[in-house]
Amino acid sequence: MAEIQALAGGFAVALTLTNLLLMFTGVILGVIIGVLPGLGGANGVAILLPLTFSMAQTPGGATSAIILLSCIYWGALFGGAITSILFNIPGEPWSVATTFDGYPLAQQGRAGNALTAAFTSSFIGALVAVILITFLSPVIANFALEFGPPEFFAVYFLTFCAFIGTSKEPAFKTLASMMLGFALAAVGTDPVTGTLRLTFGSTKLLTGFDFLVAVIGLFGIGEILLTLEEGLAFRGAKAKLNMRVVLETWKELPRYWLTSLRSSAVGCFMGIVPGGATPASFMSYGVARRFSPDGDKFGSGMVEGVVAPETAAHAAGTSALLPMITLGVPGSPTAAVLLGGLMIWGLQPGPLLFVEKPDFVWGLIASMYLGNIAGLVVVLTCVPLFAAILRVPFSVIAPIIVVVCAIGAYTVHNAIFDVWMMVVFGVMGYAFKKLQYPLAPLVLAIVLGDAAEASFRQAMLVSLGDMTIFFSNKLVGFLTTVALVLLLWPSVTWLLGKARAR
Amino acid sequence: MTEEREGRVALRIKSAEIAVAALFLMAGVLVMYDSVRLGATWGDDGPKPGYFPFYIGLIMTVAAVMNLARGFMIPADKNPPFVLAGQLEMVLTVLVPAAVYAAAIGWIGIYVASILFIAFFMRWLGKFAWWKVAAVSAGTAVALFLIFERWFLVPLPKGPIEAFLGLN
Repeated sequence: MAEIQALAGGFAVALTLTNLLLMFTGVILGVIIGVLPGLGGANGVAILLPLTFSMAQTPGGATSAIILLSCIYWGALFGGAITSILFNIPGEPWSVATTFDGYPLAQQGRAGNALTAAFTSSFIGALVAVILITFLSPVIANFALEFGPPEFFAVYFLTFCAFIGTSKEPAFKTLASMMLGFALAAVGTDPVTGTLRLTFGSTKLLTGFDFLVAVIGLFGIGEILLTLEEGLAFRGAKAKLNMRVVLETWKELPRYWLTSLRSSAVGCFMGIVPGGATPASFMSYGVARRFSPDGDKFGSGMVEGVVAPETAAHAAGTSALLPMITLGVPGSPTAAVLLGGLMIWGLQPGPLLFVEKPDFVWGLIASMYLGNIAGLVVVLTCVPLFAAILRVPFSVIAPIIVVVCAIGAYTVHNAIFDVWMMVVFGVMGYAFKKLQYPLAPLVLAIVLGDAAEASFRQAMLVSLGDMTIFFSNKLVGFLTTVALVLLLWPSVTWLLGKARAR
Repeated sequence: MTEEREGRVALRIKSAEIAVAALFLMAGVLVMYDSVRLGATWGDDGPKPGYFPFYIGLIMTVAAVMNLARGFMIPADKNPPFVLAGQLEMVLTVLVPAAVYAAAIGWIGIYVASILFIAFFMRWLGKFAWWKVAAVSAGTAVALFLIFERWFLVPLPKGPIEAFLGLN
């Protein structure tokens, strides 16, 4: 078992005092970020990314930096459940399904049970996903070593087509949003010839748009604007979590092993295919309701109704890192931000990472195990503390979040222009959210735009402009075909719907 | 502020859909235009710089036209509000100060701008006592200064007041 050995090496890397300290710091910061409206996994990591620039320069520092950032992500995944259950306000989009049964439970005075169930199943979902990453990622990376430009372009193409095939937003809106991302990525210097593109004579646009600024604006400022519109009346249930309630819930949980297993599977699948945690949580809630003997009681406060979406969300959020480290294709916006971090630290994500930087990769994977244990401990012990954050009036929290976002945007390139762009992206995020233009494909397109274009142009150079290169062997042909099926899927369902209506 | 005014519709979904789709259309055409200027064809040594962006612009334009058409097809009786007047007012009370704040950073530095921004917010929307306003806004700025300038050594933009205090 080469993986076990490599993993043991990873634990040796991750288990230093500094790294353990960073893990707990990351998780605590992450939970706070997950609890606060306007800050989430993606923009929280984006804001803190510039702080790691100097850290990553030291030997072994890149591993510490990724441990810090990925633990913020785990913390944010855990934190989303707290606000959903106690306040009926999903702190993160993937926690929306948790409110269905979590909040009724809290109203019945069983908040402790709901929280314990949520945290424990989050942990289990993540654990399943990490085990999957441990054993599957070396295989995929090894396989991907043979990839040439056409194969890489086919993988990118598949990623983006999957958004169109699986998103619940209208297909043409997904497409428009995605293309806007590609266009924003193209602004600036052409990576191949050095020609200036889409700058229209502006010197500020020479370096192009940074996706970190876009993420901070779209998710941070946009979310604040949306939250404000709802009018903020936080009226939450009391959070009490003592050992007795935890043990009582743990005794109950094994009953839902089948739901857990199903939800983990749904989550892992949706995380690897870039569907993401949010649809995974809804899907898994729906599946659990259909198969559970108490299905008709869902929505009135069933522990099983908390277990299903939380397991899936965490499994999806974690497994979204699998394509990120093996292929350099992130499965979610947060994974995209982590990928951006890797590139800024001078690491090239993709199959070669396993060969060239095994310490980094296996340190990261080992930290996923440890970080989730740290997360479980932190959330089980500190819930009242985190819930107290939400009792701070919004007129204090909102301006501080805006200030933190502005600093995050500024520090990316030390450019005040980026702060203005952040405000523009904020308005965009607000309008797009309300009109169902999805943000995830936009962000992924900004991140992957240059790489996708480069692989496309290299493939075209090899084939001298012949598109059939994307069908030239079994592998690339298979990827392209699956991508095309996903791309055309909305039109198929539309036609089927038309035919049935007749 | 009366209930009636808060509940008045400021903008309906149909208008918002059309406006956003039109902006996408403009962006798509702009991308295609610039790509053609750079050369969107096959050059001597492979695809020219505008080759890839041209198709991006083209797909964006097509998608925008479809969204525009769908926006126009929204029937008048199925046209829910995009934003109510009261909601818009709330959004603008954050957006306008935030924009002013972003503009002020270059001029008076991020610390002073942040103090003013947080203070304005707490006093105007939260109606907090002045001492609380002063404590939170100044406290935040000091905390940020310590975290960024001292611990992580990330310099943030500073203005004349920091220069006067010798903090550069």
